[in-house]
Amino acid sequence: MSKPSIEKGVNFIKGQIDAPVASFFSSCIHCGLCAEACLFYTETGDPKQTPINKVEPMRRVWEQEFTVLGKLKSMVGLGKPVDEKVFSEWETLVYDGCSLCGRCSLVCPVGNDISGMIRKIREGFSAAGHAPEGLISATQRAVEIGSPMGVKLPAVKAQIRHLQADTGLSVPLDQQGAEYMVLLSSMEIMNFPEYLEAIARIMKQAGKSWTISSTAFEATNSGIQIGVSDLAKVIVERVVDAAEALGVKTVISPECGHAYTAIRWDGPNLIGRPYKFEVKHILEVLDELTVAGLIQTEGMETAKLTYHDPCQIARKGGIVEAPRRLLNQVASNFIEMSEPGVMNWCCSGGGGVSANERADEIKLTAFRRKKSQLDELKVETLVTACANCRLTLEEGLEANGMDIPVVGLTEMVAEHLVEDGTQKESAS
Amino acid sequence: MSREIGNNPLDNGTFADHLEQNGVSRRGFLKFCTSMAAALALPAGSAEVMAEALAAAKRPTVIWLSFQECTGCTESITRSHTPTIENLIFDYISLDYHHTLQVAAGLQAEEARDQAMKAAYGKYLLIVDGAIPIKDGGIYSTIAGRTNLSMLEEAAAGAAALISVGTCAAYGGLPMAHPNPTGAVPVTDIVKDKPVMNIPGCPPIGLVMTSAIAHFLTFGRLPEMDQLGRPKAFYGDSIHDRCYRRPFYDRGLFAKAFDDEGARKGWCLYELGCKGPTTHNACATMKWNDGTSFPIESGHPCLGCSEPNFWDAGGFYEALSVPQSRMGETILKAGAVGVGVGAVAAALNQRNKAATVAAQETMTVDALKKES
Amino acid sequence: MELNELLIWARGPAFNIALAIFVFGMLLRLFEILSLGRKEDLSAARGSGVAGGLRTILSRSLPRQTLFSREPLRIINGYLLHIGLFVVIFLYRPHIELFERLFGVSWMGLPTGVVDAVTAVTILSLFVALLIRIYNPVLRFISTPGDYLIWLVTLLPLVSGYMAYNHLLLGYTLMLTLHILSVELLLIVAPFTKLTHMFSFVLARWYQGYLAGRRGVES
Repeated sequence: MSKPSIEKGVNFIKGQIDAPVASFFSSCIHCGLCAEACLFYTETGDPKQTPINKVEPMRRVWEQEFTVLGKLKSMVGLGKPVDEKVFSEWETLVYDGCSLCGRCSLVCPVGNDISGMIRKIREGFSAAGHAPEGLISATQRAVEIGSPMGVKLPAVKAQIRHLQADTGLSVPLDQQGAEYMVLLSSMEIMNFPEYLEAIARIMKQAGKSWTISSTAFEATNSGIQIGVSDLAKVIVERVVDAAEALGVKTVISPECGHAYTAIRWDGPNLIGRPYKFEVKHILEVLDELTVAGLIQTEGMETAKLTYHDPCQIARKGGIVEAPRRLLNQVASNFIEMSEPGVMNWCCSGGGGVSANERADEIKLTAFRRKKSQLDELKVETLVTACANCRLTLEEGLEANGMDIPVVGLTEMVAEHLVEDGTQKESAS
Repeated sequence: MSREIGNNPLDNGTFADHLEQNGVSRRGFLKFCTSMAAALALPAGSAEVMAEALAAAKRPTVIWLSFQECTGCTESITRSHTPTIENLIFDYISLDYHHTLQVAAGLQAEEARDQAMKAAYGKYLLIVDGAIPIKDGGIYSTIAGRTNLSMLEEAAAGAAALISVGTCAAYGGLPMAHPNPTGAVPVTDIVKDKPVMNIPGCPPIGLVMTSAIAHFLTFGRLPEMDQLGRPKAFYGDSIHDRCYRRPFYDRGLFAKAFDDEGARKGWCLYELGCKGPTTHNACATMKWNDGTSFPIESGHPCLGCSEPNFWDAGGFYEALSVPQSRMGETILKAGAVGVGVGAVAAALNQRNKAATVAAQETMTVDALKKES
Repeated sequence: MELNELLIWARGPAFNIALAIFVFGMLLRLFEILSLGRKEDLSAARGSGVAGGLRTILSRSLPRQTLFSREPLRIINGYLLHIGLFVVIFLYRPHIELFERLFGVSWMGLPTGVVDAVTAVTILSLFVALLIRIYNPVLRFISTPGDYLIWLVTLLPLVSGYMAYNHLLLGYTLMLTLHILSVELLLIVAPFTKLTHMFSFVLARWYQGYLAGRRGVES
């Protein structure tokens, strides 16, 4: 295996350039509007953070490698270089200054998917040895240990034991033929154990068979965040192998944005074939179960609360209405944030930013956007559906001295489940 | 551009004498001068000056040479409106040679020209209509066995000034049109050392010709001219700018066929190929045939006949904004080349990308680290 | 060269050359783009990619509320520029004559006076765009010489056309000639600059819309 090099980096960027990328670069007239959609620009005011500028090295490679004019320019020495200096300069823009939130892609007047290109350019930066340390370590743990936070099976088993002892709920492990295979994110195992309990209670009431795989319990895919498809594939394959071995009908992605993108949209393309099972986000499943009348809730949260749309769930995942239907069922004082749904502002920690310690400062700066959105609302509770958003939000709120609890939507629904035995006809 | 020519030679008594002999009243003459002065856009009072100058003028010698032409210009000048004035024009100058109008023919006619040139050498006015063929020694147009070229060179040598009448003499006109088989050129290509005024048009308006000649007689010099050697007084505005149909252009109302509603309503003829916007002439203001009408008023677009190269400026019925190239053919040909070269570029791109992807090693965790 | 000869050249051979380069160049660019291909998306679609692509081709012409409230001037100015260009190019009768000759179809034009006013607005919007490009820190930072070049080649036909119609500075014939030549410059430059966006924006919107459509995402 060869060491990282600039040549390798350029080649990996080159390999990522396809017709959409070429059409994007052909269409950009430098209107600069993408900057206005990017919280890393709006909160720093640094023109370098303009989204389209973040993919400038890729534009250069495209022009020089795949256009006649660019080749001519290179011949007469007019081509701009893509060298070590460029990689060093752009590394922080490509990783620290982008959460792959995709807001820029949605405002581009000519329709350029800029965040999609940043995902692609990371392939080159990681191959060139210009990926951030934090992400490299997380990826290494994900590949070698099985989880970016280093969570191993015994930790999961311990959590299951605690849960079973405390609540009497059962958590099936490696149950062949279950309808659902539930994935967790490391953060849910380490920081938010409430999630697993919520799942167990929901599944019990819905009367659905489900399981956790001992070989593929982790959903987070650092390979997607660092931008190494080969490693992302390794991580996805575990889930696919386990799900297909267990013969489950549906794999449930946890409350984690990138995990959902990785397993739902990128996975089949990484392994080169469609799945033999379906993939759904937990919110989709909850919505379906509720609509089918299989789970019923009672009581309402009365606290004034709002919902933070995780980028990968809403803007890039298309799950916008389900969380609102669920929230309205369990909360009486739900108000929308400004610019809700597909145009919601990122928490500032997605796309590997939160795993990259070097980006802590810019992440907190970018969080000011979310802070001002929350300041407008003066809510008592913040609900979301992504463990990474949740952690980032908690950190950001704490750093800003804001005392707003952040709650996962799945847990909130679980808390309002009608208790066993007292199940009654819907009052409404 | 104006140049003093000096007093005109007189040999047949003054012009005033002539008028009296021909029964023209002082009042009628003044009226004529007023209309001339107005046509030339001369300042107030000029009519008096003109009348005095003309009255005192002795009839100058004028020689009219016709080369590659169609006699349309002569036809036009004979229709200079106000018939009595038309007679005057031929009376107040001594038209010593004009092979269409003169009675003399053959040797007699050529002798008259020689005599006139000798008698008024250096002082006569030379009017030319028609282009001059110079290819193959100028053999494509001869008069009395002499080429137009040699006749012009000889006559120009003794002329005080020249007036090129009609677009052929002024700019080459039809004879010079592509492919110009006779090597036709305008007068100014041959005569470089004399003042030359161009009265272009196919033909020019009769009154414009007579007015320009009158100016020469009055002031002894040619009137103020533009870059193309045309008297500004008649060629200063474009037809379009003076056209009575201009408001329709501004309102976007155009006739699209010669028999459509727009044509009947008298809308702008731009789309039927009117060259009014790029044509400078007095048609729209002075009109033709005693101020009766002009082509556009008769429902026909301006051909741009008073401009250089008007025969080669594309179809008469093509709108000015329509490129005079075979656009469809160009697009097909350029498209074919584009597809061909594009296909090659595409194949190279695909090979380039495929080779790049094929050469990529599978990434591993170790390959992420610079040092290990 | 006589002025008229220059006009004849501009209306004839020069236009031919410019048109040929434009057609050739745009096709080359199209091939360059499409040749890079796109991998088939193997993930299970939630919605229709085709419907999403077609929808986005249209929907991206409208600004997002969030963006409009942040940058109203830039967006309104962008509309003025593009609508203005559309009106001037496609709704001026003499221009329609050209398209009719080319494509065999004709349509209604606007009164020349209206087109004249729109031209003035469009020229103004270009200058506003230039000022924004120079004074906005983001735009100043990301702008390249090519961006200023396309600004200029877009401006020239507008200004020369406006000046020709209004008899400003130079005679009509010369101005008309300059107008035609400037359009030819635009045609020649377009395939090799960001002016390619006049066509490629459809592809770009299609690709993003397709991706979003498959995911059942609004785009």
